[in-house]
Amino acid sequence: MPKPKVAFYWCASCGGCEETVVDLAEDILAVVEKVDIVLWPVAMDFKYQDVEAMADQSIFATLLNGAIRSTEQEAMARLLRRKSRYLIAYGSCACTGGIPGLANQFPREQILQFNYEEAPTVVNEKKIRPQLVFEDQGRRPHLPELHQVVRALDQVVDVDYYIPGCPPTPKITKAAVSALLDGRLPPKGAVLAPDIALCEECPRRDSKPADLSFTGFKRTHQKLLDPQLCLLAQGVVCMGPATRQGCGAQCPSGNMPCTGCFGGTDRVKDQGAKMLSSLCANLTAKDENEIDQALEGIPDPVGTFYRYGLAKSLLRRKVDLPSGNGK
Amino acid sequence: MHNETPPPAGNGSWTPRIVAFFCNWCTYTAADLAGVSRMKYAANTRTIRVMCSGRIDPQFIVEAFAKGADGVLIGGCHPNDCHYAEGNYKMLRRFALLKRLLKDLGIAEARLRLEWISAAEGEKVKSVINDMVAKLTVLGPLDVPGKVADWDRELSQLVAAADAAPVEHEVIHA
Repeated sequence: MPKPKVAFYWCASCGGCEETVVDLAEDILAVVEKVDIVLWPVAMDFKYQDVEAMADQSIFATLLNGAIRSTEQEAMARLLRRKSRYLIAYGSCACTGGIPGLANQFPREQILQFNYEEAPTVVNEKKIRPQLVFEDQGRRPHLPELHQVVRALDQVVDVDYYIPGCPPTPKITKAAVSALLDGRLPPKGAVLAPDIALCEECPRRDSKPADLSFTGFKRTHQKLLDPQLCLLAQGVVCMGPATRQGCGAQCPSGNMPCTGCFGGTDRVKDQGAKMLSSLCANLTAKDENEIDQALEGIPDPVGTFYRYGLAKSLLRRKVDLPSGNGK
Repeated sequence: MHNETPPPAGNGSWTPRIVAFFCNWCTYTAADLAGVSRMKYAANTRTIRVMCSGRIDPQFIVEAFAKGADGVLIGGCHPNDCHYAEGNYKMLRRFALLKRLLKDLGIAEARLRLEWISAAEGEKVKSVINDMVAKLTVLGPLDVPGKVADWDRELSQLVAAADAAPVEHEVIHA
């Protein structure tokens, strides 16, 4: 029996998800034994044409990480969707837009202008920008175009399963891959991580008070954190209550608050609004000035509550930005 | 809330659409009072009765905007008058941060409004709604569903381009 074909691909991502696949360490050998890797640009040399030449649905599963930010990424997402039986959004960026999704707060022009002209480390007196097509020694190389909007994978193509995390842990990756290979598959559209909030598996859980009674919020650099006490009880914004578990509470174990990379549970429509709701309900302040003062400790609500999920949030981006379609 | 185009007014021009969340014990009763007192006010609100303003999950408000509301009005009991003692304070705190969040997301401050309206203040329901309609009329349509459709046109453009011409395979290696 031929081994099932598996592809790994990356789009707008940092490479951390690829690192997790490598972090499977010796367990990766068991995976490699059972599958035939047909595309993995970060580790092996394949050409896109090889993928295009394959029959539709002939790849058993594609694990795609990264958000969709450019025309090339969109084209590859469409191609891999066509060629794969299961397309899996791997990591926060593919699942919910991730950190690159925060670019949805800025117009594309402002991002290009800063990165090619204004950034302190850039020397570009002629203000040269990448061109989509140009002539060079008789050839016409092409570059992909940046989209105006950063998207999660399922905002571009149909997605079968989601493996969340920034990056997903080797543990949930292994569990997901073996479930796939053994045919133990949950219903389509499932997130392959437990559907319950992080607090439940947090080692600090027992110190979480029933009534949090916030008087204000401190950011991690403003306070020496107790390594055992619930971070919310210390007045630090920890996204645990609004975030899906499965990571083993790595950040709280390392004395850092959860920043929400696994996204919300299935019952949550908008992780940011949900976290805002929970934090504010537990403030002690009752008059407007006191409330505003207490909330000063959250200077950037979008970056705090939608750090990994802006692209997939209900509003998706700053709504008054240009679309690039002449509106 | 589920229609995705701005509602046409009598003469076919746009008027704002407001989703109003009113608490059962005060503001909804006040709206009832305005009704039985035959007060006339702008017909731009779609009222949703909730048991308490503290029950209004910020997700509801964000979703109202995402589905096409031009404004969201929240009505609750005056401070110290909440039927459940604390619910209106919860709303007040959520409102304070949600206002900042929505501003960062490009939604003008006047589109989200919180008012304390007691069961006896039918007149206030009328004046608040009329005032909000006037302010939103000046601001114009928010139309998030229309904006999302417009953003996503860049995706269909690529599909159209791919249909028109085969994908270029040219990859330059140094």
